[in-house]
Amino acid sequence: MIRGVRADLLAAVSLAFAGCTANSGEVETASSKPAPEKPVKFNKDPYPSTYTGYPTRLTVVRNVTIFDGEGGRIDNGSIVLSSGKVDRIGGPGMELPTDADVVDGTGKYLTPGVIDVHSHLGDYPSPSVEAHSDGNEATSPTTPEVWSEHSVWPQDPGFGRALANGGVTTLQILPGSANLMGGRSITLKNVPARTVQGMKFPGAPYGLKMACGENPKRVYGSKGRMPSTRMGNFAVNRATWAKAVAYKKKLDEGKAVDRDLAMETLAGVLSGEILVHNHCYRADEMALVIDMSKEFGYKVSAFHHAVEAYKIADLLEKEGICAAMWADWWGFKMEAYDSVPENIPLVYKAGACTIVHSDDANQIQRLNQEAAKALAAGRRMRMQISDEQAWTWLAINPAKALGIGDRTGSLKPGKMADVVLWNGNPFSAYTRPEKVWIDGAMMYDAMDPKRRPVSDFELGQPGEGDVK
Amino acid sequence: MGPCLRRGAARAGLGGALIAALALAAPAQAQDVAITNAKLVIGDGSAPIDGGTVVVRGGKVVAAGAGVAVPAGVERVDAGGRWVTPGIVAAFSRVGLVEVDAVTGSNDRSASKSRFSAGLDIAPALNPMGSPVAVNRAAGVTRAIVAPGASGNLFAGQGAVVDLADDNDMVTKPRALQFVAFGEDGSAKAGGSRAALFLLFREQLLAARSYARNPATLAEWGNDALIQRADAEALVRVIDGTTPLFVRVDRATDILNVLKLRQEFPALKLVLVGATEGWLVARDIAAARVPVLVSPLTDLPGNFEQLGATQSNAGRLAAAGVPVSVGVFDDDDAHKMGYATQYAGNLVGLTKLPGASGLSWDQAFAAISSAPARAVGMDATVGSLRPGRVGDVVIWDNDPLELGSRPTAVWIDGKAQSLTTRQDRLRDRYATPQEGGLPKAYDR
Repeated sequence: MIRGVRADLLAAVSLAFAGCTANSGEVETASSKPAPEKPVKFNKDPYPSTYTGYPTRLTVVRNVTIFDGEGGRIDNGSIVLSSGKVDRIGGPGMELPTDADVVDGTGKYLTPGVIDVHSHLGDYPSPSVEAHSDGNEATSPTTPEVWSEHSVWPQDPGFGRALANGGVTTLQILPGSANLMGGRSITLKNVPARTVQGMKFPGAPYGLKMACGENPKRVYGSKGRMPSTRMGNFAVNRATWAKAVAYKKKLDEGKAVDRDLAMETLAGVLSGEILVHNHCYRADEMALVIDMSKEFGYKVSAFHHAVEAYKIADLLEKEGICAAMWADWWGFKMEAYDSVPENIPLVYKAGACTIVHSDDANQIQRLNQEAAKALAAGRRMRMQISDEQAWTWLAINPAKALGIGDRTGSLKPGKMADVVLWNGNPFSAYTRPEKVWIDGAMMYDAMDPKRRPVSDFELGQPGEGDVK
Repeated sequence: MGPCLRRGAARAGLGGALIAALALAAPAQAQDVAITNAKLVIGDGSAPIDGGTVVVRGGKVVAAGAGVAVPAGVERVDAGGRWVTPGIVAAFSRVGLVEVDAVTGSNDRSASKSRFSAGLDIAPALNPMGSPVAVNRAAGVTRAIVAPGASGNLFAGQGAVVDLADDNDMVTKPRALQFVAFGEDGSAKAGGSRAALFLLFREQLLAARSYARNPATLAEWGNDALIQRADAEALVRVIDGTTPLFVRVDRATDILNVLKLRQEFPALKLVLVGATEGWLVARDIAAARVPVLVSPLTDLPGNFEQLGATQSNAGRLAAAGVPVSVGVFDDDDAHKMGYATQYAGNLVGLTKLPGASGLSWDQAFAAISSAPARAVGMDATVGSLRPGRVGDVVIWDNDPLELGSRPTAVWIDGKAQSLTTRQDRLRDRYATPQEGGLPKAYDR
């Protein structure tokens, strides 16, 4: 795929991300090939995914209640998983293969795997010792040149917990929020691997983590540096975007540029190939960010920690921007003071893209419960929201925000067989995952202690292999 | 609470060894009320009673169960078959001490620059009018054990048992506990190692004991004194068992060493907080008859004293006979004590998971009501609907341990409570986000 890379970033990136795997491609830059008239050429995918799914078996789950992840529901339904894909899904009359492993789902629920659009597993792993603090390159307010995948420790025990307790099959690992531009994010399959490349979701676009508000101005203000105010936040952002626009213009015109890792990331955003994930609590700041994105010609994919999204739900709907939210976190900082338990359902009711996220190694283990609390809050406002509609907050919506909605996030035939079988209604506190398949391979089985990941860090420690 | 409590507690403070007699005065507007036709949960670990009745008079429970007669003249509330329980008791919290964590002026949790430690008393820092009190009350939390965060020295200071009523005084029992962190946090405070921690702990208690025998010794020590006079007075009450000592501790070996502190100080009334690796030494904890307040869903090795973390900790401790309470969320929570019901529900869910240990529904509810009350020595007065306990009663719209359930009515000390919060007002203002004929600022 890399051989398709052209000089023009615009043309190159779409190809570079289209499922490239082991082919490392050539690295060619203005400096390595000193021909001043020749535009920069470089590998867009220098740390390619080596993930491939594990062996699968033809599998049928039948007599099960299905939420398909796009708002559909099938009672007494069946699903066929074949060669890592969803093969068929339907009601009790659907024809089933006779040579498949059959799981009876009576009394149980089947959903697409949970997708967490906001995690720091791996870059702030457990144990959270200083030596593991790899999420914030807090030495400059804009560091679009750093890539979170270079911090991710694949042995973080949190990945296994998110799988076994939370049914999480895909997750985005973001840099922290100390910086206005924190760096590139990476989307992972929640399958343990020796290397981060072994977890990378094949072909998923990169994200750029940005942050509004209190954190950047506090971190740099306390160092006597800009930004120390919200207006300083915007000034630094705008100056950086202006530089990126100029850099991209040169690229588009085929002019020679030096390699600039920061500008390459921002040019990727401006060309629409890298998706912006913007930590932003307050409604008024989100509205300002939207205008800034128009000023420089990029789009925000999702506002994360959007505690005040309910105040501008109509604007988010109009602009087509997702809001990723907690169910009920509040009061830990000033910009989280106006949180309301109805935030998530109010955003949903306005027709905006609604996502439940964690930002937390514990909460990622029960995003289904967070969604359940938000759903209940909406119903107390007499909103008509079904369970299966609410499941979109954990499935197709985060998949779309990550640019992978065409491959996972729902149980449509042909999509990745990322599937959770729950031992009851997943919106109950009494329910846990029973089985989890990723790309059709069973990666967790509550009934089989051998189908439970145990990270290197946990080997030989108290409680190794425990249910956790 | 009323003035008689204040006097009793003050006397205990002056007298040092006196146990503060718990005198719970009923608020002025306590109603006599009988809630009938309830799926009634007593909170003591017994099974729910269908068609139950609870009668509250003079702010206290006078009867609860099936076939309880409603006295003449007592207002009746028909629960319509819904769940009725005692109010949730938050086992370990900072409610009332914090409005916004990161806004330092509104956060009275810790006093890391204070020259005092064990003598600190959170009572004057509590703010019943803060919005977290109302939010937690609306989630069914009626009482809380509130502990201070770190001081500048080893002991954090004296916490309180509080109510979350909509009135001006939240102290149910001041100086109800002393808090100290062992393990990594305590070691850092003490100079950098567990050896320094255990030595500093011992030396401070011995200094307090010397002070109790001869107050002049403190003056003789002058600047070399390990503690201030107020700290000594507070620690004397820890040594003699008047004040329970809540010890934050996680590592199994640290737990064993904390239990051994009673060899030298036999009257210590220990309560373990956290106890992440408690299940590894459950039999020792049970034999010591020490209650544990767990952070029930902690299952990650957050550091090297939590390597054995598992959500089965609570279930395994309970199975070994340890009195387990469920609390401790994010270590210093002031805002989300409503998580108690969710977390208790999760422990019920674990009973269905092969290889895991959880709690039965009845045990789980007791772990967020009567068990924490017992841990702090107050189960004769709060935490259940047994006769004589405070009239803290909640009617729920559904199973209280389920995720979507909320209180529909709450009484504290027999007084009906407002369940409206600042969050409700914001929600209502923005139920439709667009402005109408006037800006949102006029919409209320």
